[in-house]
Amino acid sequence: MKAFFHSRLVWPTGFLILLIVVNSIARPRFLKITMRDGELYGALIDILRQSAPLMLVALGMTIVIATRGIDLSVGAVMAVSGAVALTIIADSETPNSVGTVLIAVLTAILVSMVLGAWNGLLVSVFGIQPIIATLVLMLAGRGAALLITDGFITTVNSTPLAFIASGYLSVLPFAFFISVAAIVTVALVERRTALGMLTESVGINPEASRLAGVRSRGIIWGAYVASGALAGVAGIIYASNIKAADANAAGLFIELYAILAVVLGGTSLMGGKFSIGGTVIGVFIITTLESTILFMGIPSAQSPVFFAIVVMVVVMIQSPRVRTWLRRAKDAVVGMWVGRSSKPKQVEQEVAS
Amino acid sequence: MTTQTSLAQPSRIAAVEAATQKFFVRHSAMLPTLAAVVILMLLFAGAELLLKGDFITPRNISALVLDNAYLLVLAVGMTFVILTAGIDLSVGSVMAFTGILGAKLLGDGLPPIVAIPAMLLGGAAIGLLIGILVQYFHVQPFIASLAGLFLGRGLAYVVSLSSIRVEDSATLWLQSTRFRLGEWYITPTGIIALLTVAVAAFVLHYTRFGRTIYAIGGNEQSAKLMGLRVASATVTAYVISGLCGGLAGLLLTAYSGAGYPRNGIGTELDAIAAVVIGGTLLTGGRGYVVGSMVGVFVYGTIKTIISFMGAEQSWMQIIVGALLLLFIVVQRLIVARSGAKS
Repeated sequence: MKAFFHSRLVWPTGFLILLIVVNSIARPRFLKITMRDGELYGALIDILRQSAPLMLVALGMTIVIATRGIDLSVGAVMAVSGAVALTIIADSETPNSVGTVLIAVLTAILVSMVLGAWNGLLVSVFGIQPIIATLVLMLAGRGAALLITDGFITTVNSTPLAFIASGYLSVLPFAFFISVAAIVTVALVERRTALGMLTESVGINPEASRLAGVRSRGIIWGAYVASGALAGVAGIIYASNIKAADANAAGLFIELYAILAVVLGGTSLMGGKFSIGGTVIGVFIITTLESTILFMGIPSAQSPVFFAIVVMVVVMIQSPRVRTWLRRAKDAVVGMWVGRSSKPKQVEQEVAS
Repeated sequence: MTTQTSLAQPSRIAAVEAATQKFFVRHSAMLPTLAAVVILMLLFAGAELLLKGDFITPRNISALVLDNAYLLVLAVGMTFVILTAGIDLSVGSVMAFTGILGAKLLGDGLPPIVAIPAMLLGGAAIGLLIGILVQYFHVQPFIASLAGLFLGRGLAYVVSLSSIRVEDSATLWLQSTRFRLGEWYITPTGIIALLTVAVAAFVLHYTRFGRTIYAIGGNEQSAKLMGLRVASATVTAYVISGLCGGLAGLLLTAYSGAGYPRNGIGTELDAIAAVVIGGTLLTGGRGYVVGSMVGVFVYGTIKTIISFMGAEQSWMQIIVGALLLLFIVVQRLIVARSGAKS
């Protein structure tokens, strides 16, 4: 218990619980989950379902940030992935067959991995700053996605594709299972093997880890490939949700929300130590906040103001200056308490001096 | 005779080589900007050949300044921030916010003498916020300006969810007036943009503040130890960027005759791309405002060429991305070279 209170997860978890409590007081329906035809429905289930694309992107972003990098291209990769998958399905004779959708999805993920590998090449081999290296693809990727769809919004009617975002597997949404699978895979690979530790060492000091025999180039490269692949899956979920490939709107601003989720989860942008659990909580905070803002009747276009305030509060709590202020305030409060109980002693000391 | 020339030639080549090497070493900071000028020339020449002498006309060049006036102003502000080794993602949103704010104030019947300072102050306030977060709370510029991006975009929608037409004659005058010199023309918006570049160049090269900006980008620790006022200069750089965002909002509102909250999505990336293409190093300390101007013109020329060729605008993003990559690789090589020399 004490370990938990000292962990970095305490602030984000507290904030998430606060959000849920506020929500359930303001609208009692929030916590209600109903069973219909053996499938669960409710605001909480919606949050689980809608958070899937952001969850995947944020997981990839966590690994990249742990290597001291950043991946701005995830939104563009999502657009490309959706465009590739839907163009294949639209051009095929049998858009309703599971085989076609499977081929389309696998091709799209493969393309996304190639894009991730391109980012990794620029960062790890050519040594270009991650912000700029991925900015190249962020700019060019959307253009490429528009070329793939000929500048149109490709729409398809495909039952297996629609299942990815809105289908149910037993009682829970299928998209939720995708994000759980991604969380579990990333957690197992990073935390049950040495990879996570090596990633952190590369993030903390790339030169020292290289001298210690860590193959940092491969680890950094792998992080970008993983981020690309996860963004590719996210792009397919997004496209499946709207049943269309919209190269302009797919994944717009998602890189910013993903970075925000990672930072909310307590992972520093300076690289090194990362927390997968923190990112998961960060993603839930963002999705819950979005749902809260919608519930409050504020147009979703205005929601960025709230995110701006959240970002500022969170980064300020994490900043050393505010930490010092808080510690001083705590000391002052504690000092007052201690001072009251041991007043005579202090007076004696003053007299003595 | 033949032996003489063959003897003389190597020595002359060596002399030229030595001279160029000296030039490269002495002016290595200028090289990326020179490269941008060369690219701009090549683009002009290529377009002229491709369109059979129909490209370099006074009308096109004048339109280049007119169409990119707002981006020019944004790039100037961005140059200040990038020179301090920071980054400002908020400029596009700030431009949208101040643009719609101005349109709303003018629509409510306020005179431009109130509305225009309000726009500039609105931009500067967001810049100040980012600067304080960066300098006093040690928030990374990327994240602090991300908060600014969200704030600006959200506030733009708070002001209005739909576009607002501007009917104020003074604001529209900025755009509709053409000062003509033969075939050439320039609008007040273009003059404002070019003046911004001139003032910024003067400030960066001839004032204490400007040299402090370069010193911070070169090495913040050294700048501090030298007794330079690092904190106030850093915050001021962000305020200038916000102010430029406000000014760009005014120019864009005049240009389009309306404020629109969806304006300028992704414009911050265009501004960063223009600054980088213009030869300013993202690691800070090296670069020129005039280079950023060249970068904006490279960007604008590509856009013009694409629309002349009737190609899809999606190529624009791909070409700018590729160009950005090219310049980054060139910069890497230059930095690696000068690093090896020193």
